[in-house]
Amino acid sequence: MILTNIEIVPGRQIVQHFGLVQGSTIRAKHFGRDFAAGLKNIVGGELKGYTELLQESRAEATSRMVAQARELGANAVLNVRFTTSSVAQGASEILAYGTAVRIE
Amino acid sequence: MSIELIIGLGVPIVLIIVGRVVGARIERAHFENIAEREARFRNQPALSSKRFAAPVAIRSAELACGSVVVSVDHFKRFVGGLRMFFGGEVRSYSTLIERGRREAMLRMKESHPDADAYINIRMETSTISNATGNEGMGTIEVLAYGTAVHYDRGP
Repeated sequence: MILTNIEIVPGRQIVQHFGLVQGSTIRAKHFGRDFAAGLKNIVGGELKGYTELLQESRAEATSRMVAQARELGANAVLNVRFTTSSVAQGASEILAYGTAVRIE
Repeated sequence: MSIELIIGLGVPIVLIIVGRVVGARIERAHFENIAEREARFRNQPALSSKRFAAPVAIRSAELACGSVVVSVDHFKRFVGGLRMFFGGEVRSYSTLIERGRREAMLRMKESHPDADAYINIRMETSTISNATGNEGMGTIEVLAYGTAVHYDRGP
């Protein structure tokens, strides 16, 4: 499965379009991570626990999008976009979407 | 003075001082680290446009992502809080944004270190709230993503 965030795959022809595919996940932080982050907040800097959590969520959203594309018979997803929005206190939704296509 | 007043006033002041001293040191180390890593990617251009004049044909294109969650220290949070009362530019938060963006870009590049160029780069910033829903904690997530391209250098 080829993923890009441009409209083409350089050097390859698109033979079929399958339309929009998407994958999303809503994650909440757990208490332990919040506590550790609260301590780290005093001196600032990277909050590794949150970075990892969001990376895992983004990977999950992407794999759901890829699964949907595979089901349609696509072998590439183009023009991939990511968005994040908070749906509730301490929880955020991560959405990945793109256009599923078959390339030769 | 009552013991409660000492604790009530002392703890925040100590945290602000710790934040000022340790936070500034961590930030300086982080910027040095960023500059050093950026130097390694000097010959691999990163563009925000989709099309670019590639010197040779492109062999492959892959999605590259990098993200980081960073927060300000207690001192800057305090200064930022004061600034929000009076209005105006919140300079104490600008280094936070800069740290986040540069670090996220670097992680994106480091996920595909041998790419010849990175095109169509997008940046997304979102605020992180804590469990009580406090959005003003000065914590942001920055995501940088783009397409890593490799040139076709023949067989």
